[in-house]
Amino acid sequence: MIYREAGQFKTTYTADQAVFPIVQDRWFIAAVAFLALGVPFVANEYWLQVVLIPFLLFSLAAIGLNLLTGYTGQLSLGTGGFMAVGGYMTYKITTAFPDLNILVVFAAAGLISAGAGLVFGLPSLRIKGFYLAVATLASQFFLGWLFNRVGWFYNYSSSGTITAPPREILGIMVTGPEATAEVRYYVALAIVTVMAVAAKNLVRGRIGRSWMAIRDMDVAAEIIGIRPFRTKLLAFSISSFYCGVAGAMLVFLWLGSAETEAFDIVVSFDVLFMIIIGGLGSILGSFLGAAFIVLVPVLLTNAPQLFGLTMAIDLQKHIEVVLFGSLIIFFLIVEPNGLARLWQITKEKLRLWPFPY
Amino acid sequence: MDLLTAVFVAPFLDMAGSPVFLAEVVIVGVLTGVMYSLVALGFVLIFKASGVFNFAQGVMVLFAALTLVGLMERGVPVWLAILMTILVMIGLAFAIERFMLRHLVNQEPIILFMATIGLAFVLEGVGETLWGSNVKALDVGIPNASFEVGGILLNEFDLFAAASCAVLVAVLAVFFHYTTIGRALRAVADDHQAALSVGIPLKTIWVIVWSVAGFVGLVAGIMWGARSGVQFSLSLIALKALPVLILGGFTSVPGAIVGGLIIGVGEKIAEIYWGPLLGGAIENWFAYMLALVFLVFRPQGLFGERIIERV
Repeated sequence: MIYREAGQFKTTYTADQAVFPIVQDRWFIAAVAFLALGVPFVANEYWLQVVLIPFLLFSLAAIGLNLLTGYTGQLSLGTGGFMAVGGYMTYKITTAFPDLNILVVFAAAGLISAGAGLVFGLPSLRIKGFYLAVATLASQFFLGWLFNRVGWFYNYSSSGTITAPPREILGIMVTGPEATAEVRYYVALAIVTVMAVAAKNLVRGRIGRSWMAIRDMDVAAEIIGIRPFRTKLLAFSISSFYCGVAGAMLVFLWLGSAETEAFDIVVSFDVLFMIIIGGLGSILGSFLGAAFIVLVPVLLTNAPQLFGLTMAIDLQKHIEVVLFGSLIIFFLIVEPNGLARLWQITKEKLRLWPFPY
Repeated sequence: MDLLTAVFVAPFLDMAGSPVFLAEVVIVGVLTGVMYSLVALGFVLIFKASGVFNFAQGVMVLFAALTLVGLMERGVPVWLAILMTILVMIGLAFAIERFMLRHLVNQEPIILFMATIGLAFVLEGVGETLWGSNVKALDVGIPNASFEVGGILLNEFDLFAAASCAVLVAVLAVFFHYTTIGRALRAVADDHQAALSVGIPLKTIWVIVWSVAGFVGLVAGIMWGARSGVQFSLSLIALKALPVLILGGFTSVPGAIVGGLIIGVGEKIAEIYWGPLLGGAIENWFAYMLALVFLVFRPQGLFGERIIERV
């Protein structure tokens, strides 16, 4: 009843090919956009810093990994490594050229991390499945080691930390200690929106279809004329581009300063969780998964206070870990296709509701 | 030119210069490799029998070691503590089958893989809640004296570890080849449906495999725990076992052993002769690079089953 496409006629090809062909979907997107723009007026600093900004940047990383794992079927555990390339390269470029617009720097760092993705994607031409997954761990460990050991990457600072220097766009402070959480939130929102729309269109087009063909069966795809070499490497580099920009956002828009520990293997697993729980092969799923993985620990940390319980800190930490793990298993059992699938089912139900006959 | 010499000539001159030292490095590498193999073995067993890439194996090692230490701290004698830990691991296998695997039959491998990561979180949390998270020493009475053979320094503990690994592999080989359960396990590994249709109970088989993997985890936990203390970082050796796994092939028990030895020796030699050149601590990623190079030539690992693809 609420969600029904009856009566919506398409009279042009453009309308037929729209990203959101159904008017209710467009309303929904508009509502989300309105909320996203309005939220800094109601949310306080804590919410922006602890929930919303990490949610945005991890959504971007999840979209990146989803392009690779969900759409092209190449399981990767090296996300953290590619994010580190983005973070460290942004630092390196912006300290070398302080006058360059920070958004340009983000893009440049993304391109460098796309290059890294290309190199570490090469084995994918020979190896598949879990062998590839373990092989991508090489990038994770190698890149982590590289940024930890080679002083050039952190300008030989004694602590080995990279710190976001103050940079402004149009006279407004965007990074560095003086940038307000609201500004950083809006910048992150803008980047994520643009890149998510780009990704959505990418997977609808020729490139996305060739990715999915490779995912479903690469030998068959090769036979119908899709070049695995090009397609897989393209997926690796575009995916790493997204992860690289996410990594840059992690340092510059969220934490402000970081060491290689900020990009360790836990991050890779978290992003993988996001796309699995959100839904493989779904851009919306990347957002839902990121929301889940970012929100659950925050809720678990704050839950005991809500119920007026007090616990020893380490005990609480352990219980959090147990609950987090159980929730993941629970979700995989209940809906292995992810939250995006649940959303789809809801929409199907809403078409008929409240008159299911 | 200097760089080329430093990379391609100097290390080999060093090796030729003091063969005794090289031999010592190799032996240390072999013995470390044995320890990696022990962990990799647990992965292989489960992957062979159920096609699950069990990321929780490392945490199972930690969990077993924690339980053992926890029991011993409460005054339980060693042999009884080991027996009780084995029982705990079997109980764990039952629980995993009942609450996790049973509901995930026929899912994509990646879903099962993620579920085992979730399991790793659960086990880690439960283990540390029950037994505390501080570093514990584990002493089950393994001798730990050093002695010299032909100018090469050896450690009794390492030899003991190698010996117990050999015994374990032998027992597993016999178990897999000559017992009814072993045959059933191999049948399940070969083809789930065919195994079901000749009346092999899949659920029981899974419980058995996870119990065996838990037992192997316990052995690995004892060895690693006795060497470097029982602590959270023990679960990270799983990450060291992964390159061993892809090098040897996911489905091969001998592969896990040979892979472990190659990685152990290669890693030690690289660290000692090439490490200083690169700024040290290359052990973390070297194993992966080594495994990658191998994989480019043999995509299924050294002993893995040949991958045949049909359209």
